Amino acid sequence: MAHKLSIFRGLVTFKSNIQKIWGVLIFLSIVTAVEVALGIIKPPILLAPIMGMKGLNWIFIILTLVKAYYIAWDFMHLRDEKRSFTSSIVLPLLILIPYLMFILLIEADYIYDVMFNGFLSWNF
Amino acid sequence: MSSTVANTGVDNQTWGGGNAPLKASYGKMMMWFFIVSDALTFSGFLVAYGFSRFKNIDSWPIADEVFHHFPFLHGVNAPMYYVALMTFILIFSSVTMVLAVDAGHKMDKSKVAVYMFLTIIGGAVFVGSQAWEWKNFIKGEYGAVETRGGQILQFVSADSGKRIALEDFATTQPTDRTQNTSDKGIWFVKESSLPSFTVAEVQQGFLANADLRIKTEMIDAETGHKIILDRAASESKVAQAVYVVEGANLIRNEYGNRLFADFFFFITGFHGFHVFSGVVINGIIFFNVLLGTYERRGHYEMVEKVGLYWHFVDLVWVFVFTFFYLV
Repeated sequence: MAHKLSIFRGLVTFKSNIQKIWGVLIFLSIVTAVEVALGIIKPPILLAPIMGMKGLNWIFIILTLVKAYYIAWDFMHLRDEKRSFTSSIVLPLLILIPYLMFILLIEADYIYDVMFNGFLSWNF
Repeated sequence: MSSTVANTGVDNQTWGGGNAPLKASYGKMMMWFFIVSDALTFSGFLVAYGFSRFKNIDSWPIADEVFHHFPFLHGVNAPMYYVALMTFILIFSSVTMVLAVDAGHKMDKSKVAVYMFLTIIGGAVFVGSQAWEWKNFIKGEYGAVETRGGQILQFVSADSGKRIALEDFATTQPTDRTQNTSDKGIWFVKESSLPSFTVAEVQQGFLANADLRIKTEMIDAETGHKIILDRAASESKVAQAVYVVEGANLIRNEYGNRLFADFFFFITGFHGFHVFSGVVINGIIFFNVLLGTYERRGHYEMVEKVGLYWHFVDLVWVFVFTFFYLV
């Protein structure tokens, strides 16, 4: 079975599939270590809100998606599958999950406003 | 006699069912579509968690204050380190799984067995770690009181801002109140175990210790820390307590919002169940490898399929880790 052995859009190419696995492991470990370090240090400059959320949280979410990409593409070897098969797996998730998030988080924000501005006291 | 249904005699007919337009076998494709549906289930849970969190955005518990234990380091405040370790364990067991799949492509039976075994060990260690995490979460460390409105009030020292456990200041008063069990009164009426202290004992102890303050659920928007009341406000607040909370269960928890513990139990529990079933399925495949089932079949695709499931479990943990512990 032929494996595609390049990651980072061909920036890094490995000699064998086993080497690629270890390379991806090192990359994922570095990303996790960065996340943990940021989570412990919490640099004040990153705590400023960007688009309604702390900048640090955006970094965490983006790094998580990066990790998810490499787990799916290299560990679950979606990179080696046919393009149409990959799309049939990834596209439903890429469409449905952001849609659900969009609806529920906006609704939750609205409920927060109602409870915050309402005439009832919730804190007693 | 073949044990598979691969040879149906239609391999050369384009429209007869022998064609694989996506170049993936039936079993592998169905594993992938199961994973897609399971991913939607998990995203439903995580988005529901996000919903509750956005709804209570100014009072949600702060993960660092809840998860700060590390094995053999008692009393040391070590947020994040333990879950980070769990994450590494799971990623590493994912790697041994890929190595098993790779060895399977090369029809190397002994290597597949070794790597499968390592994967199972990693999974078992992870489930054990999660059990320990649950134990700490359920047991709690400091205790708190709850008001009539369901707000959790924690106790902190005015000097250090550190949390103070109930047993460090609560007085003991004589009480006749004991746990009601079904053999003591009406046979169908019983209650769960009582907290170690009564509300009156906690209140009296609080009034006797001038150093104590109340930490509320509310978050200060500027500092990002929970708001600590001054002494006068603390005293009037503690008078409103109606219930002593120690640790966590599905109804109330000492960390803050009730939904927090519910989502913690539900999401990490559902994920832990996936890891557990993954370990069991890996075990079955491992024994099949040892028995030479796939050697006789001529390919190790079953290892690949179970590997997909295992990586998916890892993938879900990456998201649970982010949304429960980091964000």
